[in-house]
Amino acid sequence: MSWFWDKHKIFETKLPVLAVGTLITVSIGGIVQIVPLFTIESTIERVEGVRPYSPLELAGRGIYLREGCYNCHSQMIRTFRDEVDRYGHYSLAAESMYDHPFQWGSKRTGPDLARIGGKYSNQWHQAHLTDPRSVVSGSIMPPYRFLNDDPLDFDAAAHMRTQVEVGVPYTDAMIENAAVDLRTQAANVDDENLEGLLERYPNAWHGDSDGTDEVTEMDALVAYLQILGRMVDFTDVRPEELVQ
Amino acid sequence: MAVALPVAAPVAWTRVGPLEDMVRPFVLASVFWGIVAFAAGTYIAWELAFPALNLDLPWTTFGRLRPLHTSAAIFAFGGNALIGTSLYVVQRTTKAPLFGGRTMASFIFWGYQIFIVMAAVGYVTGVTQGKEYAEPEWYADLWLAVIWIAYLIAFGGTIMRRKEPHIYVANWFYLAFIITIAMLHIVNNLAIPVSLTGPESYPVFAGVQSAMVQWWYGHNAVGFFLTAGFLGMMYYFIPKQAERPVYSYRLSIIHFWSLIFIYIWAGPHHLHYTALPDWAQVLGATFSIMLWMPSWGGMINGLMTLSGAWDKLRTDPVLRFMVVSVAFYGMATFEGPLMSIRQVNALSHYTDWTIGHVHSGALGWVAFITFGAIYHLFPRVYGRRDLYSSRFVEYHFWTATLGIVLYISSMWVSGIMQGLMWRAYDENGFLQYAFIETVEAMHPFYIIRALGGVLFLLGGLIMVYNLYRTAKGEKRAERALAETFAPQPAAAE
Repeated sequence: MSWFWDKHKIFETKLPVLAVGTLITVSIGGIVQIVPLFTIESTIERVEGVRPYSPLELAGRGIYLREGCYNCHSQMIRTFRDEVDRYGHYSLAAESMYDHPFQWGSKRTGPDLARIGGKYSNQWHQAHLTDPRSVVSGSIMPPYRFLNDDPLDFDAAAHMRTQVEVGVPYTDAMIENAAVDLRTQAANVDDENLEGLLERYPNAWHGDSDGTDEVTEMDALVAYLQILGRMVDFTDVRPEELVQ
Repeated sequence: MAVALPVAAPVAWTRVGPLEDMVRPFVLASVFWGIVAFAAGTYIAWELAFPALNLDLPWTTFGRLRPLHTSAAIFAFGGNALIGTSLYVVQRTTKAPLFGGRTMASFIFWGYQIFIVMAAVGYVTGVTQGKEYAEPEWYADLWLAVIWIAYLIAFGGTIMRRKEPHIYVANWFYLAFIITIAMLHIVNNLAIPVSLTGPESYPVFAGVQSAMVQWWYGHNAVGFFLTAGFLGMMYYFIPKQAERPVYSYRLSIIHFWSLIFIYIWAGPHHLHYTALPDWAQVLGATFSIMLWMPSWGGMINGLMTLSGAWDKLRTDPVLRFMVVSVAFYGMATFEGPLMSIRQVNALSHYTDWTIGHVHSGALGWVAFITFGAIYHLFPRVYGRRDLYSSRFVEYHFWTATLGIVLYISSMWVSGIMQGLMWRAYDENGFLQYAFIETVEAMHPFYIIRALGGVLFLLGGLIMVYNLYRTAKGEKRAERALAETFAPQPAAAE
């Protein structure tokens, strides 16, 4: 072994050798684990239905991040019987392919939210976010009353253009209609604007959440929660599409 | 029997050079941010027990304060301790003055504090990237990158000027910490701002790739910030305080290369049974289990440095902080590989068990080795011969240790219980518990955990008082610990 300790002296006496040696050593693991995720095609399943977020959903997602919801809620149902029974079909990589960044989370102080969409009404969400213990008595969630008071301040088109730069396939039509789509989704209306919204963003959950005409942060957050897990229709998915 | 206390000793002064002068602000900042981090952590622990403490305000909710707590602990308390001690150690072991001198040290110090304040203000007002331990937005990330490169230049430049042929082992670990954190920070924070005048941005990675990159970063914030850097601290301050050489130089070589090579692979164990492909999960678990060996190699090297000096543990509470920190390191690095096994992780993931595990590392290892280093450094950077009180160090030690025991044992119980409740089925094949029942079952353990936090914070305040009196040049009238443990003459029959 003494040859080894002799050879090693170069690392102990030459800083550039030590520094470069260290950089190479710490680079290998990351390269092996990360690069193939971009090159192996089966990493993301081929399922129908995953689409970019509507302007209101995107705004709501921003509020979800801002309030640090990921500190207590996961959005990743693991492949266990109890999780599938409790939350629904296990999560696919495809379902978060437009999530910049991912929100899989690491802790369930509260329940998983990957398929919360459509399970409760907008009114329930509004009441729960305003005062969680008014609807779930044992809840330890903080109240988010202020979301009702804050009008939504969101330049949807600017955000969507940035999303395009990081690879989300928003079309020109989506960006042009951003402001109208945002207002339409937060209102109880049934007109050609709604048709346009649903054409661009199938399954978008529309309707007022906060009981006012103004588009508030509450409207946005609820619209986001209501789309979670509802983009892919699992009655229509064949098992071979889920092979990763 | 009344014991006459010795009269307070006259203040003894030592020389303070530019080196000590340079390190002092980092030591003070580490103590200050440490108290902030412990207080914030304790407060949010109470919020989980009593949600009314969220106060119905945007700025005080758990979701906004938790990143404040984690960043204050890791980057502000730990970061200042790492930068401060590394600048001290590199100058002492190379016998060369800092590259860039005082100007460089001040730039790094103030630049880093500005980063901390930018990040903290962002969290409270809701400016965040939404990635754990990487919450600061693009402008703060860019600023930190500038500071970090200056730090690398200062550290490396000092080694280049050294008057010793060898680069001391502590410096290898500090260097690996600086280089790897630069790599992780830059890659994980690649993002495009929505506008150059606004705080918001979108990270370039999405979904499964975003998850992998984030936990490659996240686990190596543990591996390189909270481990390699603090191992640098261990390799200097334990031999110094124990007045013994490092146990095995060759073991430290093996420790260094195997640790830095293997750690970087461990990230995917945060993503078991998720939509991350299985091959990546298996790689992550395999390397995490392998990581047990270098971790314990390092622990053995640290502990065995006390060979022939074990008796000092009774009389030197500063050394006791350091040695117990290495013991906690050994415990946390045994528990970690265990939790990375997929079948164990199936139970532990998403529960408080993870939180307990992190804190046995963060409180037991990181904070204790830091307390040891601070107690070692503080008299030196203030030109005092000794600390105000060794007894107070001892009180701090026991208060904090009791706090850690309450913290991690309550989190083991609540975590394992919650994991088991989630997967319990009744005889009819239905899930036995609604989610809210598992939340309600946590309540007593959240109170015990918060009490653990209170004790840990209290210990920190005892330290602040002791350091304050030390800085004033005072010496408490107290019986020396050596005297207490001195052999007593046999009583007359």
